[in-house]
Amino acid sequence: MFRKLSLVMLSAFLLLLPLSGCGRQAAGPPGSGGKTVLLNGAGATFPYPLYSRWIDTYGQMHANVKINYQPIGSGAGIEQITKKTIDFGGSDAPMSDAQLKAAPGEILHIPTVLGAVAVTYNLPGLTGHLKLTSAVLAGIYLREIKKWNDPRLTALNPELNLPDQNILVVHRSDGSGTTNIFTDYLSRVSPQWRERVGKGTAVNWPTGIGGKGNDGLSRQVQANPGAIGYVELSYALLNNLPYALLRNSAGRFVAPTLESITAAAAGAAARMPSDLRVSIVDAPGENAYPVAGFTYILAYREQADPDKGRALADFLWWAVHDGEKMARELVYAPLPPEVVTRVEQKIKSISWQDKPLLTAKE
Amino acid sequence: MICAIGLLGLVLLMVILIWQAAGPSIKAFGFSFFFTREWDPVHGRFGALPYIYGTLVSTLLALLLAGPVSLGAAVYVAEFAPRKIKNILGFMIDLLAAVPGIIFGLWGNFVLSPWLAGSLEPRLEHYFGFLPLFRGPATGVGMLAAGIILAIMISPLITAVSREVLEIVPASQREAMIALGATPWEVVRRAVLPYARTGIVGAFTLGLGRAIGETMALTMVIGNRPQISASLFAPAYTMTSVIVNEFTEAVEPLHLAALIHIALVLFLVTLLVNTVARLMIYLMNRRVKKWTV
Amino acid sequence: MDRLGAAGYRETNERDMGKSGISLYSGRWRQIHCRMMTGLCALAVLTLLAVLLIIMTYILLQGIPGLNWQFFTRPPAPVGLPGGGVYHAITGSLVLVGLACLIAIPWGVAAGIFLAAPRRPGPLAALVRFTADVLSGVPSITAGIFIYTLVVVRMHTFSALAGGLALAIVMLPVVTRNTEEILRLVPRGLQEAALALGISWWRVMLHIVLPTAARGVAIGITLAMAGVAGDPVPLFFTALNNNHFSLDLTQPMASLPMEIFRYAAGPFVTWHRLAWSGALVLIGIILLPMLLARIILPGYRIRR
Repeated sequence: MFRKLSLVMLSAFLLLLPLSGCGRQAAGPPGSGGKTVLLNGAGATFPYPLYSRWIDTYGQMHANVKINYQPIGSGAGIEQITKKTIDFGGSDAPMSDAQLKAAPGEILHIPTVLGAVAVTYNLPGLTGHLKLTSAVLAGIYLREIKKWNDPRLTALNPELNLPDQNILVVHRSDGSGTTNIFTDYLSRVSPQWRERVGKGTAVNWPTGIGGKGNDGLSRQVQANPGAIGYVELSYALLNNLPYALLRNSAGRFVAPTLESITAAAAGAAARMPSDLRVSIVDAPGENAYPVAGFTYILAYREQADPDKGRALADFLWWAVHDGEKMARELVYAPLPPEVVTRVEQKIKSISWQDKPLLTAKE
Repeated sequence: MICAIGLLGLVLLMVILIWQAAGPSIKAFGFSFFFTREWDPVHGRFGALPYIYGTLVSTLLALLLAGPVSLGAAVYVAEFAPRKIKNILGFMIDLLAAVPGIIFGLWGNFVLSPWLAGSLEPRLEHYFGFLPLFRGPATGVGMLAAGIILAIMISPLITAVSREVLEIVPASQREAMIALGATPWEVVRRAVLPYARTGIVGAFTLGLGRAIGETMALTMVIGNRPQISASLFAPAYTMTSVIVNEFTEAVEPLHLAALIHIALVLFLVTLLVNTVARLMIYLMNRRVKKWTV
Repeated sequence: MDRLGAAGYRETNERDMGKSGISLYSGRWRQIHCRMMTGLCALAVLTLLAVLLIIMTYILLQGIPGLNWQFFTRPPAPVGLPGGGVYHAITGSLVLVGLACLIAIPWGVAAGIFLAAPRRPGPLAALVRFTADVLSGVPSITAGIFIYTLVVVRMHTFSALAGGLALAIVMLPVVTRNTEEILRLVPRGLQEAALALGISWWRVMLHIVLPTAARGVAIGITLAMAGVAGDPVPLFFTALNNNHFSLDLTQPMASLPMEIFRYAAGPFVTWHRLAWSGALVLIGIILLPMLLARIILPGYRIRR
């Protein structure tokens, strides 16, 4: 008898777990103003802090729209939007032609903000910023330049007293959009890099040790004097990491700042193709910082569900107008006006059965 | 019965689906996948050797560190501990065995790695630097950190299971030894441990399984670099870590297939470990039978 | 253990003595040796507990400052804004683990009963046991990928349902094997007495063996629950995560381990603090049922 009771108690305990949750559902969402629309998105990690702020602010103004964005990686963003498991994807790299062809419908690229990669280093006692050119940076990452007092480095930095120390290269160990922009830059400027390593979210590094995430990488750099690494700009600025000035295509040494990145985007706007897929590394322009890139939201032009499609179009419209104003506060570079007008056309083209869905006003 | 067959079916379905998904990689690399060191997603060349090496060595290291301690602890709790604290000790170890890996990973990442880099590794290099094991830049993340974290994770598990096994050794086994005038240690060494050996092998297999399958904790401390290096300080990579790290960033079909191929290899390794454990238990039992006859 | 000591032991044994296993060293040496080994074993316990307690204390110290009412009752705040909690993740974790239990417990216990049934050990039972062992060794990421290809891609959405299924796969072999082990410990005499009365074996199992072992089975289940409740890996490609409170099984759902991972991987110090507090809550949630099962559950205490 007693034993049977224990069984009953056990099953009751285990059944109660999920049921106790379900009980609350009835009292849960307030039925305010029509149907609640749920939008699921996933992808790039880099813009996540900004997107989470956007979603929160937008959610306060539109109680019937709930947006969920999960930072699981750009690759997953592309893969999942192709498989239609999410309503919109996020990616730091535009999709390739082959990937677009593999998708079951036309996918739009909506640039939202700009990211950049800062080169950071650990040289105790150094006053002033290190200056680097693309060739020297590639040389370091190819392990052709092994010492800090290599003549190629001292020639660029005559005013700095560079030590006779080995260079320890640090790179990202996890697949990452930051790595993609960085290796895209090195591939563009160094034929040897393009040949031996190439560009991608994860590559076969010729040398160095890996750190996981911006966090892990900068910890490796800080722990090892003589180390050099690359991090997302917003991470470098928020944590006051030392950064190197890079020589841009106009021949000037430029610091990574929000202004110099937006300048790079503006410089590249002219050569932007109609589908907005463009790499802006080594962009033209006096003040353009050379290692930068757009981060995109990916969505189908032809939406399967009109309510979801409308909500998505309105949200995107809001994001590239009002949302951009929040970017600076969170250390993201906003889109230049030239690009915003191009993006508007894309958002207007989101449709359901060939009827445009956007309801927001200009 | 149906449930049991369902279990078989489930595993079979898993193998088939994973096999299918890994198809492009299996076709492209075949057996050379196991022996190739290169992992180059940009040029589409993939080999699993550094990952297999990383998984095996980190697991081995963990077993070396955790094995003696766990067995000793289990023996103490089961045989020597005073009755009053015995239950408390046993219970604490049971609870600790349930702490999830991600929490050890957090601790390893924020506390253990900096400590290794700052104090343990330089000292090891200073005293034992003549061994290639203890050379190289002390970065704190690498094989050593991975081995230590794994050891910390699996030792409560091995202890908890070994203790249970030791406690079901019949009293008659002990009493016979005591009657012969054995000291308490001799009772353990000559009667309890031999009697419980299959169970202890089982406990170690469980620990081994958890070490091989552990993902999050390792990813946070192993350094994630696919290389084979003699130094314990050097970063390495494991099969589970590379899947978590790159699965969400992989965009080329071949890259994805290669990652799933690694999952398949992992399946095989688990199968192998279990088979070897079974075989060991079988051989041990046979040897004992031969002796007693 | 002291390897040299053990080896020396074996040598003397094989040389001077029969099968009694008693060394022929002087009594005094044997006493000292015994003390030494006992001491080493005690040292092993101390090392183990010390290391683990250091870790737990560290987590307590890091996690407690972040715990407040908001943390338990509010969904997360966006970056840069203060406050925010893990309410949605706590409920999410409960639902996901509950779902997994609904599937894995009946299935696992039934399979365990099958394996422990009192009849000749056939090849099928051996095969199933072996399969369960392999499955329990398979990394949870495999379960995640499996459910992803099987459920998520076909349903065209990440969902709590998929998450529950993935967790169930991880739980299943643990429940199965544990149930079997516990049932085997039930005294033989009890079963044989019932079988002698002509009752079919499954009735014996259901009405006699299972209730006797209920406590052990339940404790095993809490262990299996603990195993899956703290693992984000199977959820990555199944339940995903959700910024909002949700109980919809067809939508992505938040969970504590996913939130901890997200916070720990982020570049902000405030997030790291949330990760520690989340870790503390997670440990609490995992250990509570284990404690409860041991204290509250009545039943026959099988000597293990």
